[in-house]
Amino acid sequence: MAANPASRWGLRVLGLGYLTMLLLIPLVMIFYKTFEEGIGPPIDAITSPDGLHALKLSLLMVAIAVPLNTIFGVGCALLLVRHKSKLNPVIDAVINLPFAVSPVVIGLSLYLLYGTGGWFAFIGEEGFKILFAVPGMVLASIFVSLPFVVRETVPVLQEIGTDQEQAASTLGANGWQTFWKVTLPSIRWGVAYGIVLTTARVLGEFGAVTIVSGSINGQTQTLPLFVEKQYANFNSTGAYGASLVLALLALITLFAMNLLKRKEDA
Amino acid sequence: MGISVEGARKSFGDFQALNDVSIEVPDGSLTALLGPSGSGKSTLLRAIAGLEDLDSGDVTINDEDATRKPPQQRGVGFVFQHYAAFKHMTVYDNVAFGLKIRKWKKPETSKRVHELLQLVQLDGLAGRFPSQLSGGQRQRMALARALAVEPQVLLLDEPFGALDAKVRKDLRTWLRHLHDEMHVTTIFVTHDQEEAMDVADQLVVMNEGRVEQTGSADELYEHPANEFVMSFVGEVNRLGDDFVRPHDMEVVLDPDDRTQEGLVQRIVTLGFEVRVELVLSDGTEVWAQLTRAELQRLELREGQIAYLRPIQAKSFNGSSSSTDGASTPHRTPDDGEAEVSAAV
Repeated sequence: MAANPASRWGLRVLGLGYLTMLLLIPLVMIFYKTFEEGIGPPIDAITSPDGLHALKLSLLMVAIAVPLNTIFGVGCALLLVRHKSKLNPVIDAVINLPFAVSPVVIGLSLYLLYGTGGWFAFIGEEGFKILFAVPGMVLASIFVSLPFVVRETVPVLQEIGTDQEQAASTLGANGWQTFWKVTLPSIRWGVAYGIVLTTARVLGEFGAVTIVSGSINGQTQTLPLFVEKQYANFNSTGAYGASLVLALLALITLFAMNLLKRKEDA
Repeated sequence: MGISVEGARKSFGDFQALNDVSIEVPDGSLTALLGPSGSGKSTLLRAIAGLEDLDSGDVTINDEDATRKPPQQRGVGFVFQHYAAFKHMTVYDNVAFGLKIRKWKKPETSKRVHELLQLVQLDGLAGRFPSQLSGGQRQRMALARALAVEPQVLLLDEPFGALDAKVRKDLRTWLRHLHDEMHVTTIFVTHDQEEAMDVADQLVVMNEGRVEQTGSADELYEHPANEFVMSFVGEVNRLGDDFVRPHDMEVVLDPDDRTQEGLVQRIVTLGFEVRVELVLSDGTEVWAQLTRAELQRLELREGQIAYLRPIQAKSFNGSSSSTDGASTPHRTPDDGEAEVSAAV
């Protein structure tokens, strides 16, 4: 489109201004507020036992939810693209549920299912604690971050088509060999992109996890919950410090994503 | 030995891709499946490879029933129209793929891959990725990859379809030479009659999921079984119920009892050949193929009246291929064909 320079600059200023107001200024504020009283207080807050525990727990969520959703996501994408069935639109719609439903509602539904009187309450009664414990938080994290790998992998699978897989089969490769040697290497950037988005979502999840965890200090607090608790207790330096860690983790993930994108374009 | 398909049927929803197709491919031959798009030729090829399951019918490869075998066990090499190159692997790894699956040792694999790359004239490019190759090079790589596992039969699905005219011509000559050296039973699919006639020993003409006729290029050209085959393997003019090849049309300036009057509309010179387009009194548009010398002798000009005399015409008893050819897919060349010959 050959727009005139004035309108082009106008659009740029508008776009940048919008992003600055909504994204950049709030992020800069966190940096500013964190270090307002020097580098000591925020570091103390993060390295406090509760802070470190929250960081560890957040990383544990990532370590469990991301691999599971990756395996499920790739399998599901293969099912949707390679095996045509009348059920596919239904599966497709169900996978999108976590996008459509508010995380708080997801948390509540887990609470109803595993809490007292729920269908699966017996699991907790057998001594395997789900609610207000790590297993429930893992379930919530998996739920909210489930669609990303599927959504990123499906278009890539469609794009590569079946020619390479069929060529592999005429050359003697069985299904498993074809998957590892041909399909997966061809879709790897799509899958990687999905993994990055899943990671970011799990790290940042608040609503669903807060309901099933009970947010107990030093026990069932992930970083976002820690931030909220610190803020509610008027320890704003601690809250900002933990926010900064979260923001940094998010930035690293985003940076990884951009790196992957560039590789994909090359 | 060779390949045989018996009574193959295959539908995709309402579309009948194969409707009772039977073919015999002699051992060591080079056979072309020729037909327009949607004629079922690719489906037939894929069914032989095991990439498509038949609704009914049998596939036999070298005297073994292959109908229920998966593609891995059929011993076929398959070459795809769009190369199906493994994009994330180098040329070397592409060609070595089947050997690695068969757990060949490294030195033997390397030896075999380099032999094949030499055969397809890509030896210097082993370290390249497919995206760094031209279309013709990619297809040669795909061919080397298919040949690496020493298939009993080689199947090529419009192998030159995505290439430009010059490369196509070179590659098909090269394929013919390769076949003469290797003698592996080969079937290739094409919609280009010139390509099929140039390369193949045997042609199978397909249309609407059926085999219209099987034979050598000469047989099909000289004795087409029906109107469809006649018009598919060469140019044809229709004069009433008669079909005449443009080079069997004589153009004269004096009428007699066997000539028809026509108005010269256009004269196109294509090098040695001259194309004279005429419109007959009943509005039929026809064209005659003359040599330059003939044209000069006749001194034809656009807009003048000339007379046409068919030297050789065929009629198929008024039957059209799509209805008549349906019931009798395997016709002998002379069946239902009346030949009108005139002494020149």
